[in-house]
Amino acid sequence: MNYIDLPLEEWTNNFVNGWLLPVMSGFFDSISTALSSFIDGVTNLITSIPPEIIAVVLILLAWKLAGRGIALFTLIGCLYIGSVDLWAETMQTVAIVIVSTIISVIFGVPVGIASAKSSLIDKIVRPILDFMQTLPIFVYLIPSILLFGLGGVPAVIATFVFAAPPAVRMTRLGILQVPEEVVEASKAFGTTSKQLLFKVQLPLAIPTIMAGINQTIMLALSMAVVASMIGAPGLGSVVLSGISTVNVGLGLTGGLAIVVIAIILDRITQGVGNKL
Amino acid sequence: MNKIEVNHLTKIFGSHPQQGLKRLKNGEQKNGILKKTGMTVGVNQASFAVKPGEIFVIMGLSGSGKSTLIRLVNRLIEPTDGEVLIDGEDITKMDKHTLIETRRKKLGMVFQKFGLLPHKTIMNNVAFGLEIQGIEREKREKIALETIEDVGLKGYEDSYPSELSGGMQQRVGIARALANDTDILLMDEAFSALDPIIRKEMQDELLKIQNKLGKTVLFITHDLDEALKLGDRIAIMKDGKIVQIGTSEEILENPADDYVSNFVKDVDRSKVLEASHVMKKPEVLLSYKDGPRLAVRKMEEASVSSIFVTDKEKNFKGLLTIDDAVKAYQNNISMEEMLITEDVYTTSPDTPLNDLIGIAANVKYPIVIVEDGKLLGIVSRVSILSGLVLGKEKDEVESI
Ligand SMILES: Nc1ncnc2c1ncn2[C@@H]1O[C@H](COP(=O)(O)OP(=O)(O)OP(=O)(O)O)[C@@H](O)[C@H]1O
Ligand SMILES: [Mg+2]
Repeated sequence: MNYIDLPLEEWTNNFVNGWLLPVMSGFFDSISTALSSFIDGVTNLITSIPPEIIAVVLILLAWKLAGRGIALFTLIGCLYIGSVDLWAETMQTVAIVIVSTIISVIFGVPVGIASAKSSLIDKIVRPILDFMQTLPIFVYLIPSILLFGLGGVPAVIATFVFAAPPAVRMTRLGILQVPEEVVEASKAFGTTSKQLLFKVQLPLAIPTIMAGINQTIMLALSMAVVASMIGAPGLGSVVLSGISTVNVGLGLTGGLAIVVIAIILDRITQGVGNKL
Repeated sequence: MNKIEVNHLTKIFGSHPQQGLKRLKNGEQKNGILKKTGMTVGVNQASFAVKPGEIFVIMGLSGSGKSTLIRLVNRLIEPTDGEVLIDGEDITKMDKHTLIETRRKKLGMVFQKFGLLPHKTIMNNVAFGLEIQGIEREKREKIALETIEDVGLKGYEDSYPSELSGGMQQRVGIARALANDTDILLMDEAFSALDPIIRKEMQDELLKIQNKLGKTVLFITHDLDEALKLGDRIAIMKDGKIVQIGTSEEILENPADDYVSNFVKDVDRSKVLEASHVMKKPEVLLSYKDGPRLAVRKMEEASVSSIFVTDKEKNFKGLLTIDDAVKAYQNNISMEEMLITEDVYTTSPDTPLNDLIGIAANVKYPIVIVEDGKLLGIVSRVSILSGLVLGKEKDEVESI
């Protein structure tokens, strides 16, 4: 099948080494600085709060939004994380999840709105989302290390690439799901397109958008181990060191903490979606 | 000046509407264009005018383009060709801002599926039109509250649409349109989703509102009874075209073409149809023995102002009005003396409908069908006219 010689490898390397790194490095540096201070800010914030307070807040939220059973689970989960001495690592992971989720929402919701409103934009966005979700993680992990160095920043970027698509897709779906007659009636009474969006379509789409954000959070958590491979601190590095030293016990301890956090965040964000 | 004037209005759904328009102007029909180009003609060069304070009904079979036409009037659908004048101004040429202003100030709309905002309370639904105009909360809620009272939903301000029955939801839909105080109401099969009794109630209510407020109403229905009851004039649509406009009598007497000759054939058919085919049981019936007190109660329960009276053997005796019943009760007069017999037209069950059309238009009370002196049923003007059409529809089904 080798009819034409396609030097994609060479082109990509030339592009990255000849242009992207030397010419754009200033641009990427400033993104890197901004992101890393964002991550540090969030990490410092949640590690400076006493674990007991965070645990109590989480338990109350779980109780209000997801019921007594989940509140009990949250209590046991927090006690577990404290007892295996992984609280600090857990907060580092949560900080990366929070930052990637915020960025995913900031990009994802407007793009989702735009692709709901224009089928042209949807046609362009859709394959990009497929690309983001199916491209093997390591393919973009390497260039993001080249561009942003090791640490939390490339981890957040990689997590964003993997976790943002549901936010876009579910926002679009939520807006398109608003019944046609409701949109028609609103227009008939003289809404501007802004009023239609903010007073009718978005409020009615919020449960679906929340379901998208919930998925984004779950995907972000599932990236914790990968994120640690490129130097992000947190539960992922606990699991990684368990793997590299063939310490099954350590791997399980860290892995369980990830599962506990995933369940708590999942039920609480689902609860938010259902309450709205 | 006409409140609404529609001139040569056309809507073609598809990829090359202008090509379709050319074909239409060359006289090609909806079906041919669909076969040759795959495009659907929604509305085909429709023209009509609605006068201030008029209820103008558009009727037609499913798919004839009624919904498309009414949505062209407030430009929820962009026309392919033609103009729509609202108070003399062409809505099809308005810029965005003027269009929105026109919708806010001049055009209220009521939808078949209600189209209420599920996340807002009844109060906020009714106030929605005012809210988006930037009218402050206190003022818009005052107006909304009054309108909610007007449509009989006082006490439901804080409920959500999903907590209300269909009839109540449509009252909210009407209140929302009334709160904006527009001269024009567009109603697309507004009552079709409601069950018959609620529907009748809503029709009466609409007539009351229209009487009181003098709204101009463009009303869509596929129900002849409704059209005859509400319409000052009726337009009949077929395949996107308006084939005839007129009062119900004009349309029945001088059908414009084959499609409307539905009605002509029905009039012919009326020689075959007999009174017994369309008569109904009276809603309430009073036996001679019941006495005036029970008469008043029965009328009150059924909210009617007169009642047919029979004796024990069901022999028809006459009609008692509520006024007479009250008088009889107060002055202790026997009911027999109060019965109306002369103004009530009675006839036999085999009378051709044709003979009854003229009579029905001129009598005050429904025609009473009597056989061997016994009351069998009553026939109203509406049931005669609808009987003619329904008879026709049965015919079509049989011939398919
Ligand atoms: N958005 C659209 N795209 C393509 N075709 C359409 C569209 N809307 C309506 N049509 C077609 O236009 C024609 C008229 O439809 P319309 O909904 O106006 O009929 P209608 O008289 O309101 O029917 P019904 O009594 O069923 O409500 C139909 O053939 C329909 O298939
Ligand atoms: Mg329709």
